[in-house]
Amino acid sequence: MTTEVEAPPPAKESSPKEDGFLTLFLKNLWSANTVTVTVLSIFLALVVGAVLMVVSDSEVLAKFAYFTSRPSDALQASWDLISGAYADLFKGAFFDPASFSAWFDGTGTWQAAFGPVSETLTYATPLVFTGLAVAIAFRGGLFNIGGQGQAVMGCVFGGVAGFAFHLPPGLHLIVALLFGLIGGALWGFIPGFLKARTGAHEVITSIMLNYTATLFLGWLILQSGVQDPERSDAISKTIATTAELPALPAPLRVHLGIVLAVVATAAVAWLINRSSFGFELRAVGVNPPAAKTAGMSVARTYTLLMVVAGGLAGLGGATQVLGTADKLTAQVAGNIGFDGLLVALLGRNKPWGTLFAAILYGALRAGGNLMQVDIGISLELVTVLQALIVIFIAAPAMVKAIFQLRAARSARLGASMSKGW
Amino acid sequence: MRSGRGQEIPLRLELRGITKRFGDLVANDHIDITVEPGEVHALLGENGAGKSTLMNQLYGLLPPDEGEILVNGEAKVFKSPRDAIAAGIGMVHQHFMLVPVFTVAENIALGAEEIRGGPLGILDRRRNRRDVLATSTKYGLPVDPDALVEDLPVGAQQRVEIVKALTRDVDLLILDEPTAVLTPQETDELLAVMRSLAETGKSIVFITHKLREVKAVADRITVIRRGRTVATAAPDTSEDELAALMVGREVSLEVSKTPAEPGREVLKISGLVVDDDRGVRAVDGVDLTVRAGEVLGIAGVQGNGQTELVEAIVGLRAIRTGVVELDNESLAGMSTKKILRSGVGYIPEDRSLDGVVKEFSVAENLVLDMYDRPPFGNAFKLNPKAINESAAERVTQFDIRTSSASATVGTLSGGNQQKVVVAREMSRPLRLMIASQPTRGVDVGSIEFIHSQIIHERDNGTAVLVVSSELDEVVGLADRIAVMYRGRILATVSPDMPREEIGLLMAGITGAEPAGEEEAE
Repeated sequence: MTTEVEAPPPAKESSPKEDGFLTLFLKNLWSANTVTVTVLSIFLALVVGAVLMVVSDSEVLAKFAYFTSRPSDALQASWDLISGAYADLFKGAFFDPASFSAWFDGTGTWQAAFGPVSETLTYATPLVFTGLAVAIAFRGGLFNIGGQGQAVMGCVFGGVAGFAFHLPPGLHLIVALLFGLIGGALWGFIPGFLKARTGAHEVITSIMLNYTATLFLGWLILQSGVQDPERSDAISKTIATTAELPALPAPLRVHLGIVLAVVATAAVAWLINRSSFGFELRAVGVNPPAAKTAGMSVARTYTLLMVVAGGLAGLGGATQVLGTADKLTAQVAGNIGFDGLLVALLGRNKPWGTLFAAILYGALRAGGNLMQVDIGISLELVTVLQALIVIFIAAPAMVKAIFQLRAARSARLGASMSKGW
Repeated sequence: MRSGRGQEIPLRLELRGITKRFGDLVANDHIDITVEPGEVHALLGENGAGKSTLMNQLYGLLPPDEGEILVNGEAKVFKSPRDAIAAGIGMVHQHFMLVPVFTVAENIALGAEEIRGGPLGILDRRRNRRDVLATSTKYGLPVDPDALVEDLPVGAQQRVEIVKALTRDVDLLILDEPTAVLTPQETDELLAVMRSLAETGKSIVFITHKLREVKAVADRITVIRRGRTVATAAPDTSEDELAALMVGREVSLEVSKTPAEPGREVLKISGLVVDDDRGVRAVDGVDLTVRAGEVLGIAGVQGNGQTELVEAIVGLRAIRTGVVELDNESLAGMSTKKILRSGVGYIPEDRSLDGVVKEFSVAENLVLDMYDRPPFGNAFKLNPKAINESAAERVTQFDIRTSSASATVGTLSGGNQQKVVVAREMSRPLRLMIASQPTRGVDVGSIEFIHSQIIHERDNGTAVLVVSSELDEVVGLADRIAVMYRGRILATVSPDMPREEIGLLMAGITGAEPAGEEEAE
């Protein structure tokens, strides 16, 4: 028996006619829709992060020892620490007023002024692709946990094509990106095909393929022909300049990849909502028996979907190598595949949501770097912040309870996310 | 857990002005009902009329917004089912609340275990078992306390639920749509059990939308429509009158149709053998023909291979041996998509699982099997304009009650969801129409409409195959009836054949002399 009926709102429900636009807007804002919950989750994470910062700083903590006699000391120190840290987070991620005024005075460069945004977008670029790879698969009912392996294969294929081929500029880049896409697609095809043919669960197979891809990369960069002949450690030859993604002048690192990421987001949004394949994958995602009864091939959809998802993650890996890293190392893909899972979760498996979530992640990362250099707060705290955001987002009921939000149907992510299993 | 109340005090229940709102929707609007001791009180209403909401308040699952519950004249507030049970009210839910891997005795004891050894709290399995047997004998409800629930047929599981309620010493039993899952024979048994319980002084509230059962068993009938009590009727009220009360307008329970004019043989099945999901033979050598312009009804108790037969025809299940031909063209090995597109319409029996995608809009569901064909789209992209325009048309044409074509199908009532399926399947030129349980879980008003659509399709020269476990439905719609039993067609008979004889065939009893017009095998 289901008893999960939301508490009925008071009977004197005001009709929409009585409300002006502003009240309606505020009402909607304060109802527990996905955007509100997401924003409040970020806010809660910052609050908890602030507490952690204070607790982990021994100097500030020492002032709390005599809190009862002079509370202003402890409060002042805490406030300085927290406000400084979050100000740095913002300055490192978006813009620093000081460097802007320096640019206008002529004492600074425009590169310095736009440095933070550039860093944010650089970190965000691969995450957009790996996030989309998780999001689109999820819309089709598959839990693609293999984004990491697919991104690594994208790095491998894109990177090798980047230094092994000798092609004119432009063409070389396109070929290298295409190779990255194919590498990822191949790594997505395997779990998709196994799922369609044998019912093997994609979570298991794609996790295993993550290890396979990472270890393959580790082996490959030590082989002659791939390894940099002038180095003895595990590092590959450098990508030919003809295959590099065009970037803004140094020291800015942001490159054409972010434009590709936006294009990919638009393409995925179109694919999901407007294409015949998108119709199939959405139907298969929520009700495979009905899709099958209506004549769709669930097996074909699963396979194709994993190929598309893998291709996206592969492109993400390729932009990392061709845009940021310029050579293959064992750690070239970093954690972009796994971060993609969180980005997709944060973006609620919607393409544009994923894009914004990736930028937020990039911002936390870029701002975290400054926080570490400037105030000496460890980068791990940024990771903790990211984790907290995800925890709050995954528990919309908790956020709603904390802020006494009115019930809205949309904030049921927790339930929908666990359906992949 | 024995309550302190005396065993044999009869219980008189009174609901006064019960009101329950969900947002703007008033699910129950000042409902008054009195249930006398020893009475079978039927609560009749369409799906969504507010019957279950009312009972959930009585059973302590939902707090009423207004109104009071009086047990033997004393006002009670039930905060949980525990309070309701303590006051002598038990409930058997439509979906059973049993643990499949537990035995019958364990399930019955669950939540009210007999404990011995004081603080040690050791389960007293022997005493539990004895209690179960005692209750079972006392009320003539045979259950095997040691059987695993998952091994029991649905009818027996329901009996376990009833025994479970009775061991809690309840005097009033709420049965929520108890016959929805039962075969006709099991239904008859249940009705008999209800009568005999009433004779021992227990009151029964019987929630249903099936008129025949109400008339067979109820002492008094309360009809609920859109959250209000519209009438209290005696069981001698005619079915037509009850239906009119339920729906709020005159409805015809008879399917009106002219004699069929059968044409060419459209569907021809011979020697068809199909296995079910576990690899057990489900269809065991079926021969059938359906002609253009006629309705062939397949009657049979559910689980006799009808599902597998239909799934094999539309390509959802592998054919082991045998031939399925559509206009002399074999369908074997063809994909479902190809079969549907060659002019086969298919209304699947499990609407919510196979028929609609509840998360999709009405418009999307209306093109679920046509989304990649013009004008709705092509192999690459959809054409939202054509989809929405066609949807608006269908919504009017098929009387789909929805706020808009972009509302998700999950928000529609069962009957309207089924109309979406019917509208989808009948919106393209068909040669063969397969309707499996076309009106299961559908309200009376929609049943009438869906039936008339099926007959309309027949009159357009489509061959129609109707599968239903409701004999009334088959008899009403079909021009010929094939009775299916254990994977075989026992006989093909005329719908004019007496119901009892068809009923016997459904139970696998062929009788001495062949009564049908043509006998298979």
